[in-house]
Amino acid sequence: MSVARALPHDAARLHVTGAARYVDDIPTPKGTLHLAFGTSPAAAGTLRAMSLDAVKSAPGVLHVLTAEDLPGDCDVSPSNHDEPLLAQGSVHYAGQPLFLIVATSHLAARAAARLARIEIDPSDPILTIEEALAAESRFEEGPRIYRKGDAQAALAAAPHRLTGRIEMGGQEHFYLEGQAALALPQDNGDVLIHSSTQHPTEIQHKVAHAIGQPMHSVRVETRRMGGGFGGKESQGNALAVACAVAARATGRPCKMRYDRDDDMVITGKRHDFRINYEAGYDAKGRLLAIDFTQYARCGWAQDLSLPVADRAMLHADNAYHLKDVRITSHRLKTNTQSATAFRGFGGPQGMLGIERVMDHMAQTLGMDPLEVRRINFYADRVEETGQGPAIDGRPLPESAGDRASRGAAPEPGRALPPSRTDAQTTPYHQPVTDCIINALTDRLAQSCDYAERRARIADWNADQPILKRGIALTPVKFGISFTLTHLNQAGALVHVYQDGSIHLNHGGTEMGQGLFQKVAQVAASRFGVPLEMVKITATDTGKVPNTSATAASSGSDLNGMATRAACDEIRRRMEEHLSERYQTREITFEDGMVRIGDEEITFAQAALSAYENRISLSATGFYKTPEIEWDRIRGRGRPFFYFAYGAACTEVVIDTLTGENRILRTDILHDAGTSLNPAIDIGQIEGGFVQGVGWLTTEELVWDDKGRLKTHAPSTYKIPACSDRPDIFNVVLWDQPNPAQTIYRSKAVGEPPFMLGISAFAALSDAVAACGPAYGDLQAPATAEAVLAAVERTRG
Amino acid sequence: MDVTFLLNGTQVSLTDISPTTTLLDWLRDERGLTGTKEGCNEGDCGACTVMVSDAVGHRALNGCILFLPQVNGKHVTTVEGLAAPDGSLHPAQEAMITHHGSQCGFCTPGFVVSMATAHLNGARNHDVQLAGNLCRCTGYAPIIRAAEATAEQPIPEQLLSITKHTPASRMPSTEDLSSLTVQPTSSDALADWYAAHPEGTLIAGATDVGLWVTKQFRDLGPVAFLNYCSDLYGIVETKDELRIGAMTSLTEFEETIAARHPSFAAMIRRYGSVQVRNAATLGGNIANGSPIGDSPPALIALGARLHLRRGDTRREIALEDFFIAYGKQDLQPGEFVEAVSIPNQSDRLRCYKLSKRFDQDISAVCGCIAMGLEEGRIAQARLAYGGMAGIPKRASAAEEVLTGAPFEIETMRRAMAAMKDDFEPLSDMRASAAYRMKTAQNMLLRYFHEVSGAETDLQRVQA
Repeated sequence: MSVARALPHDAARLHVTGAARYVDDIPTPKGTLHLAFGTSPAAAGTLRAMSLDAVKSAPGVLHVLTAEDLPGDCDVSPSNHDEPLLAQGSVHYAGQPLFLIVATSHLAARAAARLARIEIDPSDPILTIEEALAAESRFEEGPRIYRKGDAQAALAAAPHRLTGRIEMGGQEHFYLEGQAALALPQDNGDVLIHSSTQHPTEIQHKVAHAIGQPMHSVRVETRRMGGGFGGKESQGNALAVACAVAARATGRPCKMRYDRDDDMVITGKRHDFRINYEAGYDAKGRLLAIDFTQYARCGWAQDLSLPVADRAMLHADNAYHLKDVRITSHRLKTNTQSATAFRGFGGPQGMLGIERVMDHMAQTLGMDPLEVRRINFYADRVEETGQGPAIDGRPLPESAGDRASRGAAPEPGRALPPSRTDAQTTPYHQPVTDCIINALTDRLAQSCDYAERRARIADWNADQPILKRGIALTPVKFGISFTLTHLNQAGALVHVYQDGSIHLNHGGTEMGQGLFQKVAQVAASRFGVPLEMVKITATDTGKVPNTSATAASSGSDLNGMATRAACDEIRRRMEEHLSERYQTREITFEDGMVRIGDEEITFAQAALSAYENRISLSATGFYKTPEIEWDRIRGRGRPFFYFAYGAACTEVVIDTLTGENRILRTDILHDAGTSLNPAIDIGQIEGGFVQGVGWLTTEELVWDDKGRLKTHAPSTYKIPACSDRPDIFNVVLWDQPNPAQTIYRSKAVGEPPFMLGISAFAALSDAVAACGPAYGDLQAPATAEAVLAAVERTRG
Repeated sequence: MDVTFLLNGTQVSLTDISPTTTLLDWLRDERGLTGTKEGCNEGDCGACTVMVSDAVGHRALNGCILFLPQVNGKHVTTVEGLAAPDGSLHPAQEAMITHHGSQCGFCTPGFVVSMATAHLNGARNHDVQLAGNLCRCTGYAPIIRAAEATAEQPIPEQLLSITKHTPASRMPSTEDLSSLTVQPTSSDALADWYAAHPEGTLIAGATDVGLWVTKQFRDLGPVAFLNYCSDLYGIVETKDELRIGAMTSLTEFEETIAARHPSFAAMIRRYGSVQVRNAATLGGNIANGSPIGDSPPALIALGARLHLRRGDTRREIALEDFFIAYGKQDLQPGEFVEAVSIPNQSDRLRCYKLSKRFDQDISAVCGCIAMGLEEGRIAQARLAYGGMAGIPKRASAAEEVLTGAPFEIETMRRAMAAMKDDFEPLSDMRASAAYRMKTAQNMLLRYFHEVSGAETDLQRVQA
């Protein structure tokens, strides 16, 4: 069986030799044109005039298109039809595309972009949370509120109360490969798009709309991305649409890739949040009541902000059982880049709120924060789920809207299945029936020697005038499924050729996470053949239609199951044929061989035999996640099929003269169920952790008071570098299968480890706490400057 | 202009190229070698890393800000040129597969070339060697494991033989100094050309000028590439001073200064990355006049002097006098930096570079402090800071407080208060004005504690 083996990434050899092709590496036909956007210098205002003569006459420029020149609005929104490709009359953020240059080279297009003279009647931009609240500038009619119990009454009755606030910055994806698309005109007005996207169906949908053709006229192919992290769920739409429109207008292939600065200025990032909290608790650190108010800066367009903000609410509990809780969420519309999906999709922000509350309570009570965390954990409890028949999806209403996106309009008021158990419930009333966080935390605390190190650190700190250390162990419980229930479906297409080689295709995209290899391992296992017999192929809307984004950590859960279904269908047909031919039902597929009773033939021979007997060796597979049902307006239901768990213990040291800091050691124990590929899963955990640490430490987005992003290149925006990883970095996988019926009982692993990075932030808070008696109130990102400010607050 | 070089063992001769064509664009667009990637186009991510070899050795460089004339006469190795002719992989490539060092794979070619170059040079300080390569997927741990495994393997033959091959024509092809694009072979020739073309642009390592081209599309006017001005290289020690040629790379400078002023070397080790330090020159770091270059504050604290030349006229000034105001230096049209000299002295220098990220980040504040102590008193004090004003600048008011005062914490606090008269820093994306002032002041406390023997260095703490 190839599942569960620690095999390298399927393209590793291509990666290391430079032979792996990304969109910009695909050889283009002669005459291919290159595009660039000219962008708005102002964050808000009315577009009065654009002098584009110099642009048009610049060397290599063939065409310059403005909104009026487009065949329609060429909307590129994944949700609300509120993002025209080029600004129409008014501008909404600094960096918004205003015009499109079509030129003979990438450099010519970029060079010409800066020759425009743009006249904008500026208006006061809405940039901050305060400004948005004052102007009632928001998405949805008002704040969304989820409740369980009676938070107000429980707060009033609690023996201790505290209030606080944490600000947390956004995050630039900084995928190493910038956004890119290539449109190749085909017969009869059709178009083939190569796109660096997590969501080929979305690209297909938006391109079809823009060129006024049915979706069948557009084929989108994605072999791989140079990183995605959510940043290529919707943000590639503009490039693909621009290329398609320009290709239709010129009849020539068109390619567009953003220069890094353009990419950072134009595209959306992780939502920055403010979370206010009021907590009621007892002397033992037991949280009795909690009232959260979350403010999300969503930027100028809706994009995926509603489900992002929902997921922040859905992770306000993290791993803690909250009896009386209220969560209020404000989705604020601001004149900044439209914030978008980013690994965790709001979950990290929601989680950081409750983790802050735990640290704040612990410090107020003078307790070890881990003790406070433990007291409040959900109880461990493991029940099998997913055994019954899947709930049938209701027919979707007629809608011109974008059904394939996470930003799609919700269907309120669904009937919900009753809770099956007496388990503890989340603030959205889902029973928690797979909790392992207590056992997992205990094992990690023991293996990393938490208690003794904590004592040693306290001793060390007492002797040090300048440097202070801190340690923290924080949990993760992350809900797995798209919260827009109908997206939890996937398809696969599998062919077995007469020589026994296998062509595998599914709706998932490869962005580095190793999805293709994991799914290929599934396919090889179903047929009992060596992995080399399975050809992994580019995601292609012509092969598998109506796919969901590869997002929400769902890639291997959904596509693995769909692929299993396709493989099993072909295998079933082969078995039927062979049992007839050999007159036995004892058939096994193993080690590249097929054993039929006492006979043994190769898989290739079996395939040839099936072919010669006119058995179809091609099948589609389909999967929909069972047992999920969710009403996002009422905040009730079972949005998640299961939860993924993990915990990290991180030790840091800070410099109290400057706030500079460093991670000394991190130990992680993470739950990937029965891992489909432990090497790939550990890679996701290591990488997710470091990316999470980056979000909360050095990665700071800075806009000026005019709303212009000042950190738009790696020279000013600092993702972790090599030496920022922990000196000692131990990652271990939890050793139990997923109680939910997933593919080989594995668990999703894309997003959950990102939130292990919170342990570094909590450790920094712990080090700050060693500097003085007052509460340090560290804010995120904990840059050196933020750490020094917190150190000074502790000293009063 | 014309350039000739070896690309993965094959000679390439180009005529009439635009002198500001980057190696990266040429490789990808003209040569179809797309293994070398563009991640940022400004030398900060390392996805475009190539190895450039010549008689001096092998250097990793960022191809995105490397102009073709800079590789004239050299041997360029890209990721496509690392494997053996029979296709067997370089040990770094093998190790990256074995240790799961690639996920999305986009940064991987750059990492592999950096690793192969370090391996060829026998370097085992992997964190330093790879600081200029950003990865967003792996968290670096598997890449470091791959680098460690690579270090245990022998150097493959195909790389050992690189320097045996040299291009047919090593020397610059453009000797006609009346041309608007030149690659002079001596500072005399440069001086003549620059006197005739004072509006021209001098290109040393191109780590700054490169961005004028790739990001700002600036017209550079006439350009002179200095990399063949042999007499601008070299470090000369005399009994009085250390004289460093303007074209000395920061890599070479770091090696030299480490013996005299280890704290200076430790700071230079954080300047840019290996790729940047291999290209960037000490002269360029001074001549571009940046208020946040890291070498000027340290050089000022050491009392360095600057050697300038215009035509046949030479002059020497104190480095601190070179910086007049933001964007304005004491540099005449047609005048260029020939060398900088550092007086011999016992080492009292401490350099404190403060940035958001430890490696490869521009300083928010760079404080360089040297105090001469005699019998518990501060005999001399020189404090120079970057990031605190429009120019690298001495903290004269603080120096005045310190000079002659006892070396004790109270003196430091008085000097810290006086520093408010020295600087009015700005707030920007790197730091607020208040933070800059506070940390610049605190650097005096750090100096005191460090000299007094307390642990002040984060880097030395271990779990």
